[in-house]
Amino acid sequence: MNPTANIKDYFDQAVLPETKGKIGSLRKNAQQLYTRLGIPTTKQEEWKYTRINGLFSKTYQLTSDLSKVPVSSGDIDALRLPGNANANELVFVNGLFSLELSKIISKDLIVLPLEEAATDEFSETIAKHLGHSGHYLKDGINALNTAFVQAAAFLHLKKNKVLEHPVYIYHFFDTRNGNTFSQPRSLVHIGENASMQVVETFFTVGTGESFTNQVMEIVVEKDARLEYYKIQNDSSESSQVSTTHIRQLGKSYTHSVSISLNGNIVRNNLNVIFEADHCESHLYGLYCLKGQTHVDNHTVVDNVQPHCFSNELYKGVVDGKATGIFNGKIFVRKDAQKTNAYQSNKNILLSETATVNAKPQLEIFADDVKCSHGCTVGSLDEEALFYLRSRGLSLDQARSLLLQAFAMDILENIHLESIRSHVSSLISQRLEINEHDRIRDDIE
Amino acid sequence: MLTIKNLHAGIETKKILKGIDLEIKAGEVHAIMGPNGSGKSTLASVLAGRENYEITEGSVTYFGKDLLEMSPEDRAREGVFLAFQYPVEIPGLSTTNFIKTSVNEIRKYRGEEPLDAVGFLRLMKEKMALVNIDQSLLSRPLNEGFSGGEKKRNEIFQMAMLQPKLAIMDETDSGLDIDAIRIVANSVNKLRNKDNAVLLVTHYQRLLDYIIPDFVHVMYNGRIVKSGSKELALELEEKGYDFIKHEVSLPEEA
Repeated sequence: MNPTANIKDYFDQAVLPETKGKIGSLRKNAQQLYTRLGIPTTKQEEWKYTRINGLFSKTYQLTSDLSKVPVSSGDIDALRLPGNANANELVFVNGLFSLELSKIISKDLIVLPLEEAATDEFSETIAKHLGHSGHYLKDGINALNTAFVQAAAFLHLKKNKVLEHPVYIYHFFDTRNGNTFSQPRSLVHIGENASMQVVETFFTVGTGESFTNQVMEIVVEKDARLEYYKIQNDSSESSQVSTTHIRQLGKSYTHSVSISLNGNIVRNNLNVIFEADHCESHLYGLYCLKGQTHVDNHTVVDNVQPHCFSNELYKGVVDGKATGIFNGKIFVRKDAQKTNAYQSNKNILLSETATVNAKPQLEIFADDVKCSHGCTVGSLDEEALFYLRSRGLSLDQARSLLLQAFAMDILENIHLESIRSHVSSLISQRLEINEHDRIRDDIE
Repeated sequence: MLTIKNLHAGIETKKILKGIDLEIKAGEVHAIMGPNGSGKSTLASVLAGRENYEITEGSVTYFGKDLLEMSPEDRAREGVFLAFQYPVEIPGLSTTNFIKTSVNEIRKYRGEEPLDAVGFLRLMKEKMALVNIDQSLLSRPLNEGFSGGEKKRNEIFQMAMLQPKLAIMDETDSGLDIDAIRIVANSVNKLRNKDNAVLLVTHYQRLLDYIIPDFVHVMYNGRIVKSGSKELALELEEKGYDFIKHEVSLPEEA
């Protein structure tokens, strides 16, 4: 299954394997949609600033059989996050879920291959929720994942259970034998009044390029809670379209933090859908970019029902020739009275060649709501720099301290202590500015 | 300690300082007074190294070194301290961590070992008592949400921690009520000794009731037009700055 031509040609001609039931029909429809829509181009509003069709004209390996990828538990050790001894760990290799490499220590957490779960007691849940992201992401790239996905994962947390151990999800891409294209897929179902924490991270091994088209759908039932952390600090040869789609039911609560530090082209879609009243969601994001990294955060908060609350804060520090994009959409449907929806995006540009595109989009059809949005793009405050220098700090130290202070209100929203200190040190390294780096960036 | 000769400075084409001469020796307190726009704060900023001013003429020598050639951080490391008129708020930056970094940078420059957590805490406790500042302020982000008085007290606390040789206080009394002025002044008096010097920039005489200056200079239109003892301040307070304007007939600008 190694395409010799480019991957787009491969998918355009691929024949879907027969799958029965709901998953089968979903895949068939998705393939038709993919055929009709193709890969998104910058002519489409939602993809205006992020060009991915170039990535599709390359040659990649597709992994269809995990037994053919010699990845061991030891290989995964390189990307294990701190606190892993007390965490459930799920492993995807080149987009395929590996139950064998995963470790489940919480008895209230059920983890199954999706196709297996679909034939079981969870068939109804899966029929109801799988593919819901397609209603919001009407593009070929979402359809491509749904059509050609294999070895997906299904997670279920039993109702009324608070998961003591967080779930760490590792996406491992092996490019030691060439470029890889991966399409991880998962469906997470958090039962009524249950609570869990999920941390997701990505790691490319080898010198090849990895390109990932990921879809994770999460259902948060009535009174349930989710904390979700995404950490992107992969190699500069890794690109991804990473979708997290969250459906919230009555009085549920979600809290997410997306940290993007490195990669080639990274597109994040984060959708939060309030399908019942009195839901609450906090969405935080931080991107600290340099070199040529391109990170595009697209968020959607859809207030379908009344009395919901959302607060969104995304911050960016963009250096070198990097690009940061923030597109925040808030829908308030006509029945969603008493909605409170807030959004803010703040950026610091550190070089002349760095780019930020920020676009808030509010579409409000109800008349009794409180919504706000704001966006700033600037450079470091000269007066603050002078203040720190007048206390004996060098210019570089002063810059680093100011940037870390800027990142702080995102960082402190990572409630898992071990993850917070891990991310904090990654950010300190990233924001450690020194003359050497700056000169190197100029040469590049 | 500090010798300013014929100092001219401005922003872009606007001339603000038009020939300042001033000599400060160790152990002395100098007060600079003057009406709004006379250049007092500019002088303070130029001495601390604020970069948006252009020096067009003159020299400043500090312990025999050319102060104007030094970066703001090197001036601080050499013992120059500016208490800001408007201290900057930096959300997300812990006050204590910032001061620790600052203290240790200066120690490093002087070839001293950095203070460890215990040593730093001990120094902090000692100076907190000296300037009468509460621990709860220092555990907050730098100046964030501080009242005017709290910000100024934090400046004095930093001054106590860094033990400068030359402390420049830019309108530290502005915006303070009489009790806060007394607290700030007492702290400054406790920090005075025969080896350091203080340059007080102030608009009003009342601070000088508490910090007794050895010399008072009156600035007007970018120059020091009158110098004297502490009685000069009282005279100013009584007669207002207009008497200075009448007394000195300044040559028309070219």
